[in-house]
Amino acid sequence: MSYKIPLGEWVAGGVKWLENNDHGAFNQIGSVIDNTTSAIEHGLIATPYWLFAAIFIGIAYWRRGWQFATFCAASLWLISNMGFVEQTLVTLALITSATLISLTLGIPLGIWAGRSDRAESVIRPTLDFMQTMPAFVYLIPAAMFFGLGRVPGVIATVIFAMPPVVRLTSLGIRQVNKEQVEAGIAFGCTPSQLLLKVQLPSAMAALFAGINQTIMMALSMVIIASMVGAGGLGNDVLSSISRLDIGLGFESGLGVVLLAIMLDRITESFGVKKAVR
Amino acid sequence: MNTATTEPEAKVVVKDLHKVFGNKPDVAMQMLRDGKHKDEILKQTGQVVGVLDASFQINKGEIFVIMGLSGSGKSTLIRLLNRLIEPTAGAIIVDGEDVATMSKEKLLNLRRKDMSMVFQSFALLPHRTVVENAAFGLEIAGIDLKERERRAMEVLEQVGLNTFAKHLPAQLSGGMQQRVGLARALTVNPSLMLMDEAFSALDPLRRTEMQDVLIKLQQEQKRTIVFVSHDLDEALRIGNRICIMEGGRVVQVGTSDDILQRPADEYVKAFFTGVDTNKYLTAKDVAQKEQVTIFDHPDEPAAGFSAALERMRMYDRVYAFVLDEQHKVLGIVSVESLMACMNDPNKKLRDALLPGKEAIPSSMPLNEVLRKVVEYPCPLPVVDEHGEYIGAITKTVLLRKLCKEKTA
Repeated sequence: MSYKIPLGEWVAGGVKWLENNDHGAFNQIGSVIDNTTSAIEHGLIATPYWLFAAIFIGIAYWRRGWQFATFCAASLWLISNMGFVEQTLVTLALITSATLISLTLGIPLGIWAGRSDRAESVIRPTLDFMQTMPAFVYLIPAAMFFGLGRVPGVIATVIFAMPPVVRLTSLGIRQVNKEQVEAGIAFGCTPSQLLLKVQLPSAMAALFAGINQTIMMALSMVIIASMVGAGGLGNDVLSSISRLDIGLGFESGLGVVLLAIMLDRITESFGVKKAVR
Repeated sequence: MNTATTEPEAKVVVKDLHKVFGNKPDVAMQMLRDGKHKDEILKQTGQVVGVLDASFQINKGEIFVIMGLSGSGKSTLIRLLNRLIEPTAGAIIVDGEDVATMSKEKLLNLRRKDMSMVFQSFALLPHRTVVENAAFGLEIAGIDLKERERRAMEVLEQVGLNTFAKHLPAQLSGGMQQRVGLARALTVNPSLMLMDEAFSALDPLRRTEMQDVLIKLQQEQKRTIVFVSHDLDEALRIGNRICIMEGGRVVQVGTSDDILQRPADEYVKAFFTGVDTNKYLTAKDVAQKEQVTIFDHPDEPAAGFSAALERMRMYDRVYAFVLDEQHKVLGIVSVESLMACMNDPNKKLRDALLPGKEAIPSSMPLNEVLRKVVEYPCPLPVVDEHGEYIGAITKTVLLRKLCKEKTA
């Protein structure tokens, strides 16, 4: 008989042990995430939809011009017409809170990885692991630690969506022209001056590309996270699958696509300097 | 140059400076002390010796050019001076203080106040305007916005870019970008400027133009400039003294004349092959005293035609130079012109002088000399600043000299 390494059992045991011995900490993390997400969600839902739409279209016009603003107006009207307003806003709240958490953790990590080869050598394989492990797998321990609801959804989303911003921040910092960095040092920059005045400004385009990718990843994961009860548009997608309802599947799917396009184009425009012609 | 009699004051003294790249510099240093060659060290330990036992002095107010082919360690050497690269061993004494062992705060202060750098790729910050780039050093040093922009504008005016202050670097040509780089280095008003291949990325025309800008600035305010270059023309043009590097070693330090005429070894000599030495050698360097000279004694009754002809025949010359008693060159005579005057008792030696033949000043560059020598069939006398004869240049002498330079 061949011997099978009990890898899965070890991990399961580890998760179990964590669950039993560190309950207080998880509860706290959970409540922070829950509070943040529900605050954003309530804020969005409390805003009249027409005001929300007006602000959104305004931003679209400012960043990309009237064609895109028209597209956004049409999209927002269609979403409301299909009856997905509340789901869309819930999804948007989930994305926003997951993205905020991803960025607060990811940008400093990316900076660290960009400036230290040793940090990079640890962070990179970890990111590879986070990104390639099938996303559903995170849902299991997340649900075990935090119960069902939006918290495990956000946590799983953060794990899945954080790698791009870490990677691209690190890449951006590493790609700063070597002589520009030398110039900074030669003129007497302290390490933090070097970061703020030379490295980060030059890495901005890459950093924004990272943020954009993180938002996109968050959107796709938030839909999957409906499996643990995160709510939003994902719920409709999920129930259309379980009921084999093609019509609902298409409509809710279209809502996701429209939201994705709008978020992508707007965040992308921040990466390109002076995108408005 | 004109105060050459007083001992030059040292700005930077580099002593036994070494740089080993790698994780075992101590091992490499021990092997160097044991007299091992750097290739051997690389093979045995994987350590790269970048700079090897460099010792020299940079004088106050001079442009000191570090020259060498790529990989000779010149860029490493200049980065050791402000510790962009940490030295492995040795001392870099700037104004009496050793940069190599200086504390972090002191080093930061030195870089902010008294030492700046210009880079080959300009290394401007692309998201900042020209004036913001020029004010960068002051900003780092914590000078307030108004003051630093005022000083940056002053310097931009010096380099002729004040009208472009609000542009972004990408909107400027290469030459203009490097003017910004130069302005950035000048705004902190440093006494020591490091320039790493600063003009190498520019086309020849812009390069010469920037050299002129630098020399003009240097006339206005004497700074000590360390200039790394691989371009010999540039080194000879702007350098007060030149330091030649090969394989991490300093091979020779000296004025351009020293190095051109007394190369320390075959490497230095080979370095100058193909250089247009005509530009840097002058008439004085090629003049030789193998011509017949005749002294004119105007007071004596005998003109001395026969004696002159006899001496020219003896040395097998067709032409001779006539000098007065103070060794001043009066002109050139030929066998023909002497013969023509010989039978006329009223004629003196001076009457036999060939028309339109002038002496060459000793400081005339060789390429101009060349033109004159080609123009006239006869050898041309070379005179010093007092008009005294120091030798002559013939086509043969000149060709021999030029051939030697080319094949040296």
